[in-house]
Amino acid sequence: MRWTNGAKVIGLFAYIAFLIFSFVKGFDLGKQVGINFLTFSVSMAKILPCAFVLIGLFEVWVKKETVEKHFGQESGIRGYIWAILLGGTTVGGLYVSFPVAHSLYNKGAKLSVIFTYIGASAICRIPMTIYEASFMGVKFTAIRFLVSLPLVVLSSIALGAYLERRNYRM
Amino acid sequence: MHYLYIITIFAIFVSFISDREKTIKALKIAFKKLVKVLTPLLTMIIFVSLALTFVPDRIIYEYLADSSNNRFVAMTIAAFLGSITLMPGFIAFPLSGILLNKGVPYMVLSAFTTTLMMVGVLTAPLEKKYFGMKVTVIRNVISFGIAIIVALVTGVFFWEIF
Repeated sequence: MRWTNGAKVIGLFAYIAFLIFSFVKGFDLGKQVGINFLTFSVSMAKILPCAFVLIGLFEVWVKKETVEKHFGQESGIRGYIWAILLGGTTVGGLYVSFPVAHSLYNKGAKLSVIFTYIGASAICRIPMTIYEASFMGVKFTAIRFLVSLPLVVLSSIALGAYLERRNYRM
Repeated sequence: MHYLYIITIFAIFVSFISDREKTIKALKIAFKKLVKVLTPLLTMIIFVSLALTFVPDRIIYEYLADSSNNRFVAMTIAAFLGSITLMPGFIAFPLSGILLNKGVPYMVLSAFTTTLMMVGVLTAPLEKKYFGMKVTVIRNVISFGIAIIVALVTGVFFWEIF
């Protein structure tokens, strides 16, 4: 692990040096990298603190039994429906879904439901879907929804079963 | 976006009234969890800043709008471009809308937008932190496959295949 950490530090310094060089020498492509870095950092800084505060509140207030009941081994088909609804209302992108999935898992949600949630948060976030349909047409969005959602659920069940057989821990 | 702030502040407020200590504990958990992923987040942002610069909208536009390609080839290129880039929806969908008007087939755009949403080469450092390398790879490969299937079905329904 020491070696990869060293490589990371060197990479980080090279990146910073590249940005400083670009701004001092007026290298446009490098300046663009700096601007993109700031833009993306700001957009994440707007979402992530809220997301993590909500995750924190979820962890202290929601009982393990509740999550187990609705997202756990005995949840059956309801678990998947909840996962899709939760995914549809998640804001941000995958970088928000991963920590949420992690918390759900620690509270007793089963793996296949977790993967369904991640898939659903990627493909059927409600505001994004409306936006998509307005540019691409309802038919396009409807096909994407109807084809991808069942595939997400089925592949999540398969992946969950496979990982559980192997005693995978998140 | 504002809803997120309103909901968060409201939730903290209600929680604080109900139980002070629990709320402070929740905020501590939030802080700890956020700090823990700062390194992979930084890695991800650095990758994104480089990718957005060296694979800008213009290049994606040029690749996808190139109608000389066979549409299955175009679909595959689109799926790869969608996998390696990370672009917010408010840029991706207008871009796709423009491409659609330029005559780019639906199935190509479907491959692009679906992999953009589901497959994350750039978010892999973060995903790895939570799930481990193996599961990250498996999940992304499955998602890529799903995106290709979705694109093909889209092609069938828009009469672009056959």
